Parts: sequence; C-alpha cells; structure tokens
Amino acid sequence: MTLNTFKSILFSALFLAISFVGHATEDSDNKDSKEFNAKEMILHHVKDAHGFHLWDWNGHAVSLSLPIILWTDNGLTTFSSSKFHHDDSGKTIVEKNGGKFVKLHEKIYQLDEGASSVNFDEEHHPTNAHRPLNFSITRNVFMMWVSVIVLLLIFFTAARHYKKSEDNVPTGIAGFVEPLVIFVRDEIGKPMIGEHKYKRYMPYLLTIFFFIWINNIFGLIPILNGANLSGNIAFTCTLALFTFIITTFSGNKNYWKHIFWMPGVPVPMKIFLMPIEIIGMFVKPISLMIRLFANITAGHVIILALMSLIFVFKSVAIAPVSIAFSLFITVIEIIVTAIQAYIFTILSALYFGMATEEEHH
Amino acid sequence: MDLITPEFGLVFWTAITFLCLLFILRKFAWKPILGAVEERESGIKNALASAEEARKEMENLTADNERILKEARAERETLLKEARDIKNKMIEDAKGEAQEQANKLIQQAQAAIESEKKAAMAELKNHVAGLSLEIAEKVVRNELSNKDKQLELVKTMLGEKSLTEA
Repeated sequence: MTLNTFKSILFSALFLAISFVGHATEDSDNKDSKEFNAKEMILHHVKDAHGFHLWDWNGHAVSLSLPIILWTDNGLTTFSSSKFHHDDSGKTIVEKNGGKFVKLHEKIYQLDEGASSVNFDEEHHPTNAHRPLNFSITRNVFMMWVSVIVLLLIFFTAARHYKKSEDNVPTGIAGFVEPLVIFVRDEIGKPMIGEHKYKRYMPYLLTIFFFIWINNIFGLIPILNGANLSGNIAFTCTLALFTFIITTFSGNKNYWKHIFWMPGVPVPMKIFLMPIEIIGMFVKPISLMIRLFANITAGHVIILALMSLIFVFKSVAIAPVSIAFSLFITVIEIIVTAIQAYIFTILSALYFGMATEEEHH
Repeated sequence: MDLITPEFGLVFWTAITFLCLLFILRKFAWKPILGAVEERESGIKNALASAEEARKEMENLTADNERILKEARAERETLLKEARDIKNKMIEDAKGEAQEQANKLIQQAQAAIESEKKAAMAELKNHVAGLSLEIAEKVVRNELSNKDKQLELVKTMLGEKSLTEA
C-alpha cells in the first residue's frame, strides 16, 4: 500500500517536472518560415537529439530540455540543453567552464581557442571547432532510462508475486510475463544452447529480449517523438558487442579449433577456411548490429515519409492515404518490434550455442 | 553518414544501463521467476510421477484383491464340496447302519415270532388234546348212560345206511 502511494507520488512528480520544464523552455520556433524538407525532418526524427521536443503550442516548442555533459580539456562541463534556445545551426554560443560550445545538427562542438563564431567549409563542416567527449543525457538515453524503469516495475511486480504466492500460480502481471519468459527459455535458450548449458545464459537472453522489445515499442509511440533508441546504431552496436564478448569468452576448445584449424578437411582447405572463419567471428555481431538498426530505422523512415507526403503535396486530401498507409506500416512495425527482439536474442543464443558446443564425432 | 556512426556517449550510457539492468534483473527478477517456474515444473513432474505410482499401486491392489477373491471363492467351493461329501457319506452311513439295525431287528422279531409260534402251537396242541380227551370222555360217558337213545341212534344209523346205499 505505502509502496504504491510512493510510486504514484514519484510519477506525478516526474510528469509535473516534465511539464514545468517544458513551459520554461518555450521558445520561438521559426520552422514556418522554412521550406519543408522531408529528408531533413525524417533524419532529425530518426537521429538522436539533445532535447525532447514534445509539441508546438502557439508557435512555441514545448520541449523537455536534457542535461548536456561534456568532457573537455578543462574537465567535466555540464549545462542544460535549453541554453541553446533550440538553435541547431551553430549560431547560439554557450560559454561554460572556459569553453565556447555550439550545437550543430544535434552535435555539440567546442570552438577552438580564440574563435568567436563557427566557420564552415564548402560541405558545411565546421573548420574552427572540435567535438569534445559527449556524455549528454540525450533523448535516447532518457527514453532508455524510462524503459528501464518500466521494465523494472513490470518484472519486480512479477517477481514479488512469485515470492508472495505459495503455490507459484501466476496471476496478474506474472501471468502476462511468465509465458514470455518461458518462451525465451524453451524456444530460444534450450534449443539453441542446449539443455545443460542454457541456464548460464538465461539472464542475458531474457534481459536483451525484453530490453530490445520495450525500446522497439517505445520507439513507435508518436508523442515521445519517436525516440529511436533501438534504431540507433550506437545502441545496437553496444548490445552486439556484449553478445560478441560473451561468445568469445565462452568459446571452448572445440569452438576455437573450428575457427583456426577446421577439423575434417584437408590441410589446404584448413588454411583457406581460417581467414573466413576469423572474419565470420566478427561478421556475426556486426550483422546483429546492422539488422536491428536497419529494421527499426527503416520502419521509422517509412512512417515519417508517408506522413511527409501531406506536407510535400501541401494538401489535406492526401492525408487519408498517408494515414491509412502509415497505420498499416505501424501495425507491421508492432509485429516487427517483437520479431526483431526475438531474432537478436535467438541469434545471440545461437552464437553462444556454437561457442559452447562439445565435440561430437 | 551520421546515421551509421555510433555516438560514443550513447554507447557509454547503453553499456552502463544495460549492465545495471542485467545485474538487477538477474538478481531480483530472473532468479525468482525462473526459480518459481522450475519449482512448479518439478512439482508438476513429481505430482505426475506420484500419481502414476499410486495408479500402479492401485492396480496391484486390485489384482491382489481379485486374486484373494478368487482364492476365497475356490476355498468356498472346496469347503462346500467337502461338506456335501461328508453329508452324503453320513447319510449313506446312517442309511446302512439303519438298514443293518432294521434287518437285525426283523430277524430277531422273526426268530421270536417263530419260537413264540412254536410254543403257542405246542401249547395249543396240548390244550386241544386235553380238551378232546375231556370232550370224548364226557360224550362217551353221556352216550353210555342213555340206552334208549343208543338204540335209537343205532336205528337211525341203520336207516340212513340203507337209504344212502339204495
């Protein structure tokens, strides 16, 4: 009872904070004056950002500003993204901790010593600024943490249910969670890794499955501005890296023998296969990374492109078509959220299974 | 190109967040959930096994019961047969004995009757002989005392003789 009250207070506080911050950072948005550029809009939505633009109200952007954390030559530098006043073209200069910072295409640049404004070359790259190490809590990081809170709430509630109940019969949220957990165990863990070794990998497989799935779903919620975490290559790269590390460290003698000295083939063939197998070792996680990133990003791009049609044609008449098509794609994307999480998990499990497979001749 | 260049900050936060999530969930969610599921599964397995055992036991019991019943039935059958045999034998024996006894009695009776009859006959003979002698004595005496009558008798006899001879 007290826990629930605590939870609701926490959530109310969180949402209040968001709305207050949102109004506090209202600023004029001069998008109307610009020509609509579908490519720019889509890329802006698909990529990461330093603010959480929620909606426009009376020509002002209602957004949640997020902290910018930089590691510069002068040490840790932090300030709010609202300092840039929604400028994304490198015009607004923020001076902090002895450094001058600008935001250009959602990237933070530090002006070189002595520079007072950004100079660009022909390809619109800044010539007198460099990028400091950026640990900012971006839109994607923020949504990742929200997803973590949701995951923890779901699974803590489920786990508590089992602790409380005496007969271990799943009801409520546990009844929803349990089939999924059992699915990951019986359809992914057991068949891919094997009856005897799957238990060691279950926490990783379960975590990665639900983490990817919930972030895929969050990416589809329009009001969250399509925080496209699982469609961001940094995210998929990190997860693929974990799979690679676990695969490499759980590789047994048999696994390495298959890579460096393939058994059962003539010696010239062994030499020929070795580089292929070594490349394959790295291609596997890279394919994981690209598959998830490309699938999710493609879905977002299609939905946004269909929506852009309305603005490209500058006609409301096209809206029903756009909406119908994007609705159709969204429904497919909902299925894709689960499928991509499943594929990432099952392939990870497959690689673990290959790494721990015992010799059998 | 931006799109496919991993941003270091996001890699950093993803790694930290994912590792934290992995360790927290492993300790507080996956362990209890998987543990509970496994516990229940083994419980179900055990329950099924014990049910199977109980079924087998029941089968054995039923077989036992049937065997015992059969044995009891056979025993009853033999008991009944024996009883019947004993009964028949007893009846048979009793009959034979009774027959013997009866025969004996009849023989005794017959012998007794025979001897009685003989005694009675002897007595009767004696008696009859006495009586006859007495009667004859009386008749003779009576006849001899009456002369007229003797004469008449002789006459009648003579008369009759002629008549019958004629």
